[in-house]
Amino acid sequence: MRLRIEALAHAYDGLAALGPLDLVVEPGERLAVIGPSGCGKSTLLGLVGGLLRPSRGRVLLEGEPPPGSLVPVAYVFQDFALLPWRTVEANVALPLEDRLGAAERRERVRAALARTRLSDFARAHPRQLSGGMRQRVGIARALVVEPGVLLLDEPLSALDAQTRELLLDEVLTLTRGATLVWVTHHLEEAVRVADRVVLLSARPGRIRTILPVPIPEAERGRPAALAELARLRLELWELLREDAQRAETALVVSGDALA
Amino acid sequence: MRSREIPFRGGGFAPERIPRVGALAFLLLLAAWEGVCRAGLVSLFTLPAPSRVLLTLLEMATSGELFFHLRASLGRLVLGWSLGALSGVAAGLAIGVSSLARSIGLPLVSALFPVPKIALLPLLILWLGIGEASKVATIALGTFFPIAIATASGVDQIPKSLVRMAQSFDLAPRAILAKVILPGALPGVLAGCRISSSIALVLLTAAEMIGAEHGIGALVLQAGHLMRSDRLLAGVVLLSVLGLAIGATIGALERRLLAWR
Ligand SMILES: Nc1ncnc2c1ncn2[C@@H]1O[C@H](COP(=O)(O)OP(=O)(O)OP(=O)(O)O)[C@@H](O)[C@H]1O
Ligand SMILES: [Mg+2]
Repeated sequence: MRLRIEALAHAYDGLAALGPLDLVVEPGERLAVIGPSGCGKSTLLGLVGGLLRPSRGRVLLEGEPPPGSLVPVAYVFQDFALLPWRTVEANVALPLEDRLGAAERRERVRAALARTRLSDFARAHPRQLSGGMRQRVGIARALVVEPGVLLLDEPLSALDAQTRELLLDEVLTLTRGATLVWVTHHLEEAVRVADRVVLLSARPGRIRTILPVPIPEAERGRPAALAELARLRLELWELLREDAQRAETALVVSGDALA
Repeated sequence: MRSREIPFRGGGFAPERIPRVGALAFLLLLAAWEGVCRAGLVSLFTLPAPSRVLLTLLEMATSGELFFHLRASLGRLVLGWSLGALSGVAAGLAIGVSSLARSIGLPLVSALFPVPKIALLPLLILWLGIGEASKVATIALGTFFPIAIATASGVDQIPKSLVRMAQSFDLAPRAILAKVILPGALPGVLAGCRISSSIALVLLTAAEMIGAEHGIGALVLQAGHLMRSDRLLAGVVLLSVLGLAIGATIGALERRLLAWR
């Protein structure tokens, strides 16, 4: 599905936090969003996901959701947002309840757990899982509704570097075909996952640059691509550096886009 | 360079239960008490020996008197506590999720929570009569406030991201209430149950002392008037056992319902 973002802007308590910005995310495209801390990345996702009401502008969803889709836009959260009292399978089943019959529900959950290699942990509770496995549950729960658009808010940021590396490729494989908006503050991650990287300015976040990553995804893990990826990363960092420094030394405006 | 071993300095401040020491101390205390009584150092009226109290308890059990009082007390306790707990959970959930309920309820509950509810008993007697209703209402009131507050703070402690997650999957508000808010607030609800059950026990005893023919509070008070300190202490033992049983029940519930923690 295509996302069309038109003159979108958001303010908290009258203070501008994002935009205005225009952006089109093509069907099946993977868009990474980066920007200095507090620039409005989570706000942008909240607006696109319908969890925040825009102060101005609008977000349009164009095209048909995939067959069998129950929720057109699904979310993967930085803190996983798993219900700690539910088992892995019950967490994944949550969005299917009241929507599908028991048999179809079981089958979908089983398939989602198999895809995310969680089948052996179906009966475990979140606290028994490692961070990487918890996020795989979060991803399974998002995939189980067959979304047309997948929004990921720093999906790997709560994980250690090695787990992040492992999960990155896995997420890309699992989400192939879906339109993706992937928020991260991690430059390597952005150039690894994205077809295009959107760089936002400091608060209120506006689009500074949109940088295409002209390397086929399959080649990005290879040594030959490293130099080009590093160059792109550096290009982003040159643009980002000043804003990042300013954000780092500014007084913190507290508030959490999704709280 | 002079070398010396690094001294250990990480000890202490980590108390552990030493097995059997607690029970032993308890038995020693009882034995000392028994000894003091047998030696005739205190009169029967002042302090009967533990064996005497136990005997009285057994006598009261065989005559059925004990269960008579116990049944009366338990009936009031269960009814009053359930009424207070159910309405308290409902009020706490409302305060937890609704701006209007929070704006109205929170100041009200905060203002009334510290009032010792036994002070309201005379008023409740004026309204409801000296019978069962005023006692049950006192216990219900005493239960309502702590459970409402504990439930509301239980809701407050649910990470907002869980609610956002549920909304992101288009769950209906009712489903969010049932599947996220209520189970998420359960630790708070159970904490409220624990606090309120001891408050309810205090109120029960007090209410039965003020106007009741039977019930453990009445038993204790009458025994005092008759200088039957053995019966008085039997009542106290009964209250202690009742309190322990309630605590154990809530503990078992917590282990079962909160195993995921
Ligand atoms: N509910 C809120 N109330 C007030 N201010 C808020 C709220 N949510 C977010 N903000 C502020 O708006 C700005 C943008 O927030 P947002 O969370 O979208 O930024 P972000 O780019 O995701 O930041 P981070 O890099 O920390 O994740 C920040 O300055 C934040 O403190
Ligand atoms: Mg954020």
